[in-house]
Amino acid sequence: MTHVRYIDRTREYYLSQGYDKPYRWAHFDKTPFTQLKKPLAESRVTLVSTSEIAVRNWDDQRTPLEKGEAANVYNVASDTPVEDLYSQTYDFDKHATTLDDVNTYFPITRMHEAAKAGYIGSVAPTLYGVYNAYSQRKTREIDAPEVLRRCRDEDVDLAILTPV
Amino acid sequence: MSLVARHLEANGIPTVIIGAARDIVEHCGVARFLFVDFPLGNPCGEPDKIAMQRAIFSKSLELLEKAEGPNTTIRAPYDWSRGQGWKDLIFTKEQPFQDANEEREWKEKKVLYRKLKAEGKT
Repeated sequence: MTHVRYIDRTREYYLSQGYDKPYRWAHFDKTPFTQLKKPLAESRVTLVSTSEIAVRNWDDQRTPLEKGEAANVYNVASDTPVEDLYSQTYDFDKHATTLDDVNTYFPITRMHEAAKAGYIGSVAPTLYGVYNAYSQRKTREIDAPEVLRRCRDEDVDLAILTPV
Repeated sequence: MSLVARHLEANGIPTVIIGAARDIVEHCGVARFLFVDFPLGNPCGEPDKIAMQRAIFSKSLELLEKAEGPNTTIRAPYDWSRGQGWKDLIFTKEQPFQDANEEREWKEKKVLYRKLKAEGKT
């Protein structure tokens, strides 16, 4: 079975709704690549997700945009119990599934299991959420460097990324 | 998400994306991509199927370890257990991705973003 062509589908859908300027998805000729520097079993691993993962006991549940803040990157402590996590996003296939099981898009329990079993060295103290920006430039110039800075602060060796 | 992965890779941190929108991720180009052919929302496995979630997570680790160069995609060996019907109507008039309320909220956020941008806050 062939996979869904989201780029074509969204272009056709928005054209049919009267938007005449199709969204230009990011595209590059070259792709950067870094080899692993140490074995998985010795590596500190973090998780980065655009699933709008949120923590139930945050005092303020508004997104940065709603608060008028520029920062799109936020921390989720990796020892947060999975029961305290949920997603605020609407951007998923609601006709087919739910986001009730956090590990289907933010595999925090699976990561801790892998660390316990010795497949990875450790789970980094902090995992990250990144809100989808309305600007690719902003993602490239502000959000991505911010994720890098925070990963370096915690000596992260590897990152697993989960878009929703 | 792909843009963040590319930035980490370019600066010495290996990455793997676990995702469901194959065309979008590959159009951008990333180092390692585990493609899971599931509806948007559950790239890491079906709800409450822990063995499957573990297998998908392990596959992502394997890909981190074994990929030899950029643009390496592996397809996770699973099909959505309730059939392939979910693929037919996504992003069509019959089944818009956002309902009317969500689309309104999305537009409001866009207006808010433009306002903040105009004020130099973002």
